Parts: sequence; C-alpha cells; structure tokens
Amino acid sequence: MGYHMSLSISLTINGLKREIALDDPRVTLLDLLRERLHLTGTKKGCDRGQCGACTVLVDGRRINSCLALAASLDGAEITTIEGLADGEDLHPVQAAFIAHDGFQCGYCTPGQIMSAVGLISEGNAGDDPERIRELMSGNICRCGAYQGITEAVLEAQKDLAERNRRDAA
Amino acid sequence: MPLETTSPLPQHRRHGSSAGQPLTRRDGVLKVTGRATYAADNHPDGILYAVTAVSSIARGRVTALDVEAAKAHPGVVEVLTPANRPPLAHDPDEKMPPFGFRVEVLQDDTVRYVNQPIAIVIAETLEAATEGAALLNPVYEVEPARTDLESGKRFDPEGIGIGAPARTAHGDIEAGLAAAVRVTEADYVTPPQYHNAMEPHAVVAQWDGDRVTIDMPNQTLALSCASYAAYFGIPAENVLIRSPFLGGGFGSKAILNGPQILAILAARMLNRPVKLALTRAQMYGPVGHRGRTWQKLRLGVDEEGRLTALHHQALCTTSSFDEFLEPAANASLPLYASPAILAEHEGLRLDVGTPGPMRAPGLASGSAALEVAMDEAAEACGMDPLDFRLANYAETEPVTGKPFSSKALRECYAEGAKRFGWSGRPLAPRTMRDENGFLIGWGMGTAVFHCPHFPAEARATLRADGTALMETAGADMGQGAWTALAQIAAEALGLDPDQVELHSGISSLPDGGIAGGSGHTASAGLALHNAGEDAIARLAELATNDPASPLFGAGNIGVVARSGRLHRRDDESRGESYAEILARAGRSDVVGTAKTARDPAVASAHAMYSHGAVFAEVKVDPDLGQIRVARLVGAFAAGRIINPRLVRSQYFGGMIWGASFALHEEAIADRRTGRIMNADLAEYHVPVNADVPSLDAILIPEDDPHVNPIGVKGVGEIGITGTVGAIANAVWHATGVRVRRFPVRVEDLLISREFA
Ligand code: FES
Ligand code: FES
Repeated sequence: MGYHMSLSISLTINGLKREIALDDPRVTLLDLLRERLHLTGTKKGCDRGQCGACTVLVDGRRINSCLALAASLDGAEITTIEGLADGEDLHPVQAAFIAHDGFQCGYCTPGQIMSAVGLISEGNAGDDPERIRELMSGNICRCGAYQGITEAVLEAQKDLAERNRRDAA
Repeated sequence: MPLETTSPLPQHRRHGSSAGQPLTRRDGVLKVTGRATYAADNHPDGILYAVTAVSSIARGRVTALDVEAAKAHPGVVEVLTPANRPPLAHDPDEKMPPFGFRVEVLQDDTVRYVNQPIAIVIAETLEAATEGAALLNPVYEVEPARTDLESGKRFDPEGIGIGAPARTAHGDIEAGLAAAVRVTEADYVTPPQYHNAMEPHAVVAQWDGDRVTIDMPNQTLALSCASYAAYFGIPAENVLIRSPFLGGGFGSKAILNGPQILAILAARMLNRPVKLALTRAQMYGPVGHRGRTWQKLRLGVDEEGRLTALHHQALCTTSSFDEFLEPAANASLPLYASPAILAEHEGLRLDVGTPGPMRAPGLASGSAALEVAMDEAAEACGMDPLDFRLANYAETEPVTGKPFSSKALRECYAEGAKRFGWSGRPLAPRTMRDENGFLIGWGMGTAVFHCPHFPAEARATLRADGTALMETAGADMGQGAWTALAQIAAEALGLDPDQVELHSGISSLPDGGIAGGSGHTASAGLALHNAGEDAIARLAELATNDPASPLFGAGNIGVVARSGRLHRRDDESRGESYAEILARAGRSDVVGTAKTARDPAVASAHAMYSHGAVFAEVKVDPDLGQIRVARLVGAFAAGRIINPRLVRSQYFGGMIWGASFALHEEAIADRRTGRIMNADLAEYHVPVNADVPSLDAILIPEDDPHVNPIGVKGVGEIGITGTVGAIANAVWHATGVRVRRFPVRVEDLLISREFA
C-alpha cells in the first residue's frame, strides 16, 4: 500500500524501543502514534501546528507531532502522555491539572500537560504566572481552562523543584 | 485560590451529602493520562479511513471530478460522489424533525457553500484517503457568491432560533419613544463565528447487518439515534451511539451533519468499519456556526433614567437553503423593565453553511448589543452604568409580567461591584491611566440565560453490597456531567459518590435528554434524583414490611436514607444498612426508575433565568491602540450549585468566550469567492493563555423552589453574556471611542478622532 516503499525506523516510545516498518513516507509522527501504534492519548486538533493538542517530547524537547514526519525521526526518543505516570502514580503535572481543574473536555489536555512537562524540565517555567501564560500559549484550550492550567503549572513547577532539592540533598 | 463554599440549601440537602462540595472530576485521571476515549481514538479491526473532499466555491455546480485518478491511487478503496452515493431513506433536503436541519450528503452536484462535501474518498490508510481526495481535482461551474448585505437576499422569517417567534411585542413602542426625554439609537454588528471545539467532528461507524454502532461526539444521543434511523431506514433501537467523552461541543455536536452521515453510509456500503474526522478547515461549513448580525437598538429614557421604550431589531444571516437565525433581539426581552418592548428579526440568505446554535445562541450576540446600548443610554443620562441598570431592574419578567422563579441579580450586582471596586469609577471616559501610561477603562454588563428543562429518564440500582449503579444517557463535553450527575445521584441515594457507579454517554441507556441549552445538569440530574428516590422508596418498602427489620411498620415516609442506611425518622438509632435489608429479603438488588420533565403548570406561572453581572477592566496602549483585558469579575446566581469547582470553570470558560467575542473572534469571507480566509486556528483568533487575564467568578447563593425539584439552573452559557458588553464598555471608558462592531479592533481605535 501507500507508495509501496518500506522504510524501517527505530523509535524509543515511552521507554520502549520499537522497530517500525513504515510503508508510507507521508505518515506524520502524530498519525503514526494514533493510527498505527494506537497510542491515542496524543490528540489532533488542527494537523497544522496551530493548536498544540499533539504536543509530545522528542529527545526531551516539546514538538508538535503533526508537523514531524515519522520517517525523519529514526533513533529518536519519544515521550507521550501515556508515558508520564509511573504505574498508578501520576506525574506531578498530571496531579496538579486535576487539583486545579486545568481542563474541561480534556481534549487539549495531553498537549497542555506535555508542554508543561517540557517547559518545566527546560527550567523555563519559573514562578511568574505571566511568563507561564506566555510560554503555554502554543496550546489552545477552547474550553477556556487557562486559569487552572496556569495554577497547575505553577504548583507542579514548585513541587518538582522541591523534589529535585530533596534528591540533591 | 480558595473555592467558594456555597452551602447547599437545607430543603434540598440530605445530611452528609456530597452535593455542593467542590469534588475534583471523576474522569480526571482518564483525561490527564490520555486514557479518555474520544471518537477518533477507536480502531475496530479492518478499519477504513474516509476523507471528505470539499468545495472551494460558494455557489454553483461541480461539473467534473477525477474519480479515476483518485481510485488509481494505491490504497484508495472507493470514491463516493453524487453518481454512486447509495440512497437514504429520509430526503436530506427535508428537515429532520423535531429540529434537525437539511444536510448536504451528495444528493446532487450543486454547491451551496464553501467547504460543502462534494465527494468522499475511502482508503486503507489516512494518507491514501487524503491524497485521493486531493487528486479529485474538481471543475466547477461558478455562480457569484452572495456574501454580504448587498448581495444577500432579505426575508421575513417564520421563526428564529429553534422555533421562537420572529417578533415579540409588549406595549406601544412608538408611544414609549414619544414619551421619552432622551432616545439613544445605535447600530451594532457581530461577525460570523465558528464553534471550533478542539476535537474535530469525528465518527467511527461499523455495521452488523442492519444494526450500526457509531462512535461519535454527540450532545443529543436519543434524538440522534432516531435521526440516523430515519436516514438509514432502520429502527431507532438498531442505532447505538457511544459518546463517552466529547472534546467540546458548544452546540456544534448537537445537530447531525453531512460528513458524518456519509461516513456511516460508506461503512454500510463497503461493509467495513469507517473512520472519518473533519480537518480543522472543514469545520468552517457543514457543522454550523454563529451567524452574523446587524442590530439596531432604540432606547427611550425618562427624566429619572427609566426606560420608556426598548426596541431591538436584528437582521440575521442564514444559508440559502435552510434557516437558523440568531434570536439576537430576544436578548432584550428578559432583562430590563420597560412599558414598551419590541424585539424583531429579519433574515438574510447568504451562500454559507447553515448556522446553528453556538454557546449562548442569540443571547451572546444580542446581549453584546444591548449591554453597549445600555451603557450609551447611561452615558447620555449622565448616570453610572450600574445605577442605570438598577433603575431599570425588572421585578417581574418585562414582557409577560410573570414572577421570576428566583432572581438574585441585585446581589450579583452588589457583590461583583464590591469585589471589582466599581464604586470609585469616574463617569467620564479617558480619565484613568496606569503607571506605564496605558489608558484604563472599566465597564460592566448584565448576564442572563434561560433555564430549559428537557425530558429525561434514569435508572437506579441499589446492589447487594450496598453500592449503586446509576444510569442515564447523558453527555460530558467538559461541563463535568460525570462528576455533578454522580453527586446528585449519590445524594438521592444517601450514599457517598465513591459508592455510586455512573453509566452514561451511550445511547442504550435511559434517555438522558439533551446536553445543551445549559439544561443538562438540571434535566439528567432530576431524572437521576427521582430514580434514586424511587429505589430508596422500594428499599424502604422491603424493610418496613419485614417484621425482622428495626424499620418494621415505620411506613415509607417514616424512613430517612443516609450514609448507606435507612433510619427511622422519629428515632435515628433504629435503622439498618441497605446491604442488610437486601440480604434478608434475598434480593440481589432493587431498581428504581424515573421519567422526568418540567411541570407545565409551574413553568407557565414563572419566568426562569440564571442571572449575573460582569465587570471588566481593560488597558489600552495610547499610541498603538492595543487592547488587553486586565481583569474580569463575574458574579452569577444560578440556583443551587452542585459542584462549585466545576461551576466556576464553566463561568471562566464563558467569560473567556465573552472576551473572545469582544476582541478576537471573526470569520472573514473573501467577498469575491465567499471563501473563508481564516478557516484555521492561527488566523481565526481564539484566546490563548496569554490573552486571558485574572478571572474571578463569584457564586451568589440562590434558592429556587420552582425551577425544578432539585433547584438547579444552568451555568454553561451565561458567562458569555454580559462579558462582551462589559469589555466593549470598558474600551469606551478607557478611550472615549464607542466601537459598535465586534470584535473591537486596534484599527477601530486608531482611525477614530476621539482616540488621537
Ligand atoms: S494538531 Fe498539531 S498543532 Fe494542532
Ligand atoms: S479542556 Fe477542552 S479544549 Fe481544553
């Protein structure tokens, strides 16, 4: 099918190394995750890099997976929303989103959370809500859960900084 | 931020009830881990992908499609065009009762708007279907697009919105205007807006003989089953719709649309499951929008600043082939007292997809104009805008004279003004600046939304282990139904929410009514409440008739349900657990049911609305005209609050939609082609996080003994109303410029003489 080509790539997804035989060069990372690997936590809102719903981490950096061709990512390490929690233990950002009601319909939420995780780990968040609002502005939430999102990122950032201090001590 | 703990009202409350508590969402973990399943997340075996090809012209005919090229593309399985589209059992050019629209499902080669489906390509992969659709290379016979006032066709509508009269009159409007010492008259324009729920409309359909299972986001499960059954010529019970999570709806997932019907049809034709998801651009056409309006208001005012006349006219757009007109002028009916009120609507046909209900239909656009007009009238009278509204406070519903079922609007005004710090506001515009020299303005608006109540059914099963199963086919599109409905259910059963399993979001359950019109919590909630009470009554009957029970002989009304036990009302120490009662009766469960609707006698005797007041602060760059909303404070009274955390989120969402209406959103059509030039999420502006200021929502306690037996009103849409006007009025107060066209833009300020 597709262009009758076969291209094998290797990806580490949520810690699991996978060899993927791609039969089509047009497949985006987003469609690979959703339609071929059935990792549907990552959402498609626009397919154009305009909404952030498809945000995942590639080698630790936030990207819009709808804009990345899967074939170009051979060897990459990918973290999706499914890979954040440790068993039943939620990642602090996930827990903070629940506590602060940082979502309504939940459709933008995987992207929001991945963006938040990315920007916190980049050391970018700080404790200035204004800056967090700016940095989280690549992720649209049509429900308008922004107040809760900002509060959640602030709290998770504090929580994670605290853990890091504890771990360092 | 601490959550408001509005205490639930005693007569509605069981001791120890969770209702009224700010519980976090029950679906929270699913949503933050990516495990909540939206329609397009389903992958039945053997799935095919469908992609719609859409028209790029607004009017005309498709004269050629390169079906051969599409079919020749590897992976493409079938191409559906008007030439081979299988028949439907219901004529798509006829409206689907009770309030379905005409749909565009390849019934012929005509094009009636941009982004109308003109073919659908089905393939083994999404990539192949997408490419196949691109290869169709349509040829058109183009007719000029009718896109504006000049080219559109005006008409007198038979009705507006969903079945409302186009004209409502009270008193003599011309006499009222003649009696006025001052008449404020102005024209306002609101733009076309598109719902743009984050989840594009999607469907996964699979047939088994003449039964079909449909995964789709859906706000009206029972109605949709009946409509699909009519289109496909099968009994309604053969249609199963699964809609456990909707990625936002805002009205756009309440009405059937062409692409989804075509995908279901393709699945039947090919006898394989088919998945279709609209692209973002394709959501600007076949799935409804908020039509454009031109509104005129005339306000007559007497010496004391009281209205003598309120005349609201609205010209509202619809498609060339169907009608949904924003009931915008009706925004002037419920709010301000006046001896004469007239609301009138006219229609304008354009080459666009048919509009539909979009969050706060009518009231969003209508209150935008009304609240600015009220501000202008206050200004003309030299009155504070809040004082002016208080001078025109309606003690009864203005047009009908009916008493309100409850109305704590005065408290909303007072609390909102206090929290905002309104009392220091100078009357004159352009008088406040911040430390950086930005112009500051304060404005306000009144919020209002009606309280519909939809018929609904529910089933309550008390189980042998003392837990319960509650069932109703409701829809959670983000409002928090899974949580709030469980709280209501638990309260009715005298159980903890953790002990109550709630099944919902699938059409095989008892009909949970419509999730729209801000009426879902009240409608499905009352059904659950009554089903729970029915189950408890049956359980009590078992116990009170059993000589071995400590409740023996207490009689049904002599028994109270609490914390999983029934007690005697006159002696709380005598009682036993649900599990004990069931065990002794040898029962595995006891089932209660309910079928609920609004009591017509109560409804006809009362006017029922949620109310609120919104206060806005904006900052405007004096050189660039850039506008930022700095603060929004809303105070809302909506009857009994089941979950303040979720309700606050609904208010915030509504207020953000209000800010979006005031300053961001507008679909812009190319006048030559009718094509929407910003049909995406980059150029069609919706607020992002940085656009949203500090928000404050105050939950004003309100006891409503009439609206329904659980005292619940709606909260989902009211936040938009009032907010739009409040922001526009704040812009005037900051700059002295009255902008009467939404959204308010930088250039509106820059070209104005007052701004310079
Ligand atoms: S789906 Fe990738 S940014 Fe919207
Ligand atoms: S929670 Fe619905 S779009 Fe963000």
